[in-house]
Amino acid sequence: MMGTQELHDRRTTASSSEPERLERGAEHSGSLTAFARGRRRELAVAAVAAIVIALLPLGIHDVYLQNVLVLTLMYAALSQSWNILGGYCGQISLGHAIYFGIGAYTSTLLYTHAGLTPWFGMLMGGTLAALVALGLGYPFFRLRGHYFTIATIVVAETGLLLVLNWDFAGGAEGIQIPYGPDSWAHLQFARDKLPYIYFALGLAVLAWLVTFAIEDSKWGYWWRAVKDNAEAAESLGVVVFRSKMAAAALSAFFTAIAGSFYAAFVSYIDPDSVMGFQLSLLIALPAVLGGIGTLWGPALGALVLIPLTELTRSYFGGSGSGVDLIIYGVLIMVIALARPEGLMSLFGRRRKSRRGP
Amino acid sequence: MTLQGLAQILASGLLMGLIYALIAAGLSLIFGLMDVVNFAHGEFLMLAMYATFGIVVATALDPVLAAPLVVGAMFVLGAFVYFAVIRHAMRAKANIGMVQVFATFGLGITIRGLAQHVFTPDYRSIQTSFLAGRTLDLGGVFLPLPQLFGGLLSCLSFVALYFIIRRTDFGRALEATREDAGAVALVGIDKNRVFALGWGLGAALVGIAGSVMAIFYYIHPDVGTPFALIAYVTVALGGFGSIFGALAAGLLVGIVEAISATILSPSMKAVGIYLIYLVVVFMRPRGLFGNL
Amino acid sequence: MSPPLLEVRNLTRRFGGLVANSDVSLTVAEGEILGLIGPNGAGKSTLFNLIAGLFRPSAGSIVFAGRDITRLAAPARCALGIARTFQVVRSFDSMSVVENVVVGALMRRAGARQARHKALETLALTGLARRAGAPAVELTPPEKRRLEIARALATEPKLLLLDEALAGLTPSEAREGVELVRQIRDHGVTIVMVEHVMEVVMPLVDRAVVLDLGKVIAQGLPSELVRNEKVIEAYLGARHRAA
Repeated sequence: MMGTQELHDRRTTASSSEPERLERGAEHSGSLTAFARGRRRELAVAAVAAIVIALLPLGIHDVYLQNVLVLTLMYAALSQSWNILGGYCGQISLGHAIYFGIGAYTSTLLYTHAGLTPWFGMLMGGTLAALVALGLGYPFFRLRGHYFTIATIVVAETGLLLVLNWDFAGGAEGIQIPYGPDSWAHLQFARDKLPYIYFALGLAVLAWLVTFAIEDSKWGYWWRAVKDNAEAAESLGVVVFRSKMAAAALSAFFTAIAGSFYAAFVSYIDPDSVMGFQLSLLIALPAVLGGIGTLWGPALGALVLIPLTELTRSYFGGSGSGVDLIIYGVLIMVIALARPEGLMSLFGRRRKSRRGP
Repeated sequence: MTLQGLAQILASGLLMGLIYALIAAGLSLIFGLMDVVNFAHGEFLMLAMYATFGIVVATALDPVLAAPLVVGAMFVLGAFVYFAVIRHAMRAKANIGMVQVFATFGLGITIRGLAQHVFTPDYRSIQTSFLAGRTLDLGGVFLPLPQLFGGLLSCLSFVALYFIIRRTDFGRALEATREDAGAVALVGIDKNRVFALGWGLGAALVGIAGSVMAIFYYIHPDVGTPFALIAYVTVALGGFGSIFGALAAGLLVGIVEAISATILSPSMKAVGIYLIYLVVVFMRPRGLFGNL
Repeated sequence: MSPPLLEVRNLTRRFGGLVANSDVSLTVAEGEILGLIGPNGAGKSTLFNLIAGLFRPSAGSIVFAGRDITRLAAPARCALGIARTFQVVRSFDSMSVVENVVVGALMRRAGARQARHKALETLALTGLARRAGAPAVELTPPEKRRLEIARALATEPKLLLLDEALAGLTPSEAREGVELVRQIRDHGVTIVMVEHVMEVVMPLVDRAVVLDLGKVIAQGLPSELVRNEKVIEAYLGARHRAA
């Protein structure tokens, strides 16, 4: 409705003294192509990273190291999912273990009781988690700041207690997935970890791609606007409540998928390990340490955090001496204090280059 | 259920509630002062319990007499944690909320690791208190003396807190910061001093709870976690930053817990607390007494 | 005469015991610049926020483009063509300047690419094109004011509400701001601007409504209002009250 071009010609003040008046149309397309170039570069980096990781197992035959790799990729995917709601939309959940647990229990129960393939269970778990997230979001997205965060903790703990007392699902003892022959259909690989590595890699790549797509989409902008200033966002037509609900559903869906994967991977689940408070923190931690609300933060955080904790645990943890906890705790404190914007802030170059002409 | 049975449930709930209130008050105080949720609060409690245990083992003092020492040590620890960690977390220019959460969370893990390193993960308990195992019989309602002692200390602490908040410069600074974070400077008090005092006081409150609980509870490195969870819920229930909200919410939580342990099952007792919390926060998004 | 773009009918808003707006009625014609002025505490901001949809009125109604919008939430009002700025600037600080404006541009653009194009256009119009890639936090205060205007304009509003958009600017920055507002109006956007300082807005507005203590005390042409006894008294009175 505004003849912008016409307006430029009539501009007399503001920044009229600056030489930028020339060739404005060309400048737009310049900015747009610079932006598109930046996006393509992100994709290229991701592709290279994925290929390198895909080649890694060829050199790693140690089962323990393969395990660490699977966990690192899984937490990268998990934290990337958490980042959708916590990082982009700014709704800090410390109860994501409930979605992980829903995924793990749904696929496992469907497999052990109905013989349904974990692939199907995974989708069911993801869908169920998304529905639960929507159901919970309805009352709780009215809460702000710490009140919201505490509510997420409480909901997850309630879920944990219910499952602990749910005999059909094995109660506190959990469920053992019976061993069968190695098969992709059942996601069971007793001896060879390689398929798990590729599945986890696929999951991490998928979560990254979804985030990548979101970053330059309506939801991506809306979510960040909601995080930064909800009232200003509303004045620009952003429906805050609906934005939060969408972020929560998507975030819960992928978290549950990872939960189903985890169940298949370890073939034994119990409430404390798939729904506990510690897990909720572990899901959020890589994103926070890597860079909350950034595309690469969760992956970077997982890459640093998971191998380090796994290795310290295996070196010091067995003795129960607590040294692994001390290293882990100090590490978290130091990163949080020294790099409040996360490890991504070490790569400041990217931001500057985006500023462009 | 007999009337006596009901009275027993209410009395046990109330006594435990007073201790919950004490733990929650420390958390709420720190939050009210500077908007920080201390995710190492459970570890503070655990440390206080071990400190009591250590003093008792080393000096053969009765844990009741060790309590003042423990509380003093916790005060120093709280102030130290402010200067060593929190002060730096407050300087973050970006995502200050998450920095605080994870700085205190990391601190909690470190403390747990240290406890495991020094004390081993074994369960400990103190048997030597003259209060241990004794109960007061009030017409068929039995009140364990350690809990009764804890309840009494809690009441005294809240009275003291009332005077601190109403009568001292620190209290005025606390009230001022609840209204407006930048107001401390206006009251004419050094910000670092107020915050360090707040952390000291918050830790001392949880220290009181810890030194009492050491008498009747097993001590191990992870003992603080469930109590910290209850404390978060209690604080949110009472309203972040409201100390007397924490008292009311603590009592409510204690009673609800005792009732749901009876009606549901002991393993489900927390469900009752959580449900009450969810209902309250659904109707009052800022808790019972929250004015923020 | 064509019906007014915006019609405020007998609007009252109470906060507890305090009456911030009492029986306020006014109309805004299409294409005009209306100034909403008055001393501190006159209820300008409340009225502004009632029109923008941040608050709901205790009584009265608001009609925009022939439609009763009294019960509509802010996003729905934005969709109908009302955009606003904030008195205390609220930029989206985790985003770049252009991304801030993209949020607004998405109101009428489905795709992010088209929205980005529109955002760049709007930035050029508001003199911020050179800052497009900068993080919003790094802008100077006058640049942030421009950013808010750009963001609002990107929603392609019929009515733009400016909340003290010229406050706190140096005289030369204010002159540039005035010029920008004129340009925006010249392209068919109706403008309601709240200003505290009369001197700034009087040369700019076509008509002004003066509020004092929550009520409309006068309205008309700027030239008439500056001589109006009630208006002078309200401003002088406020100055005395403040002193």
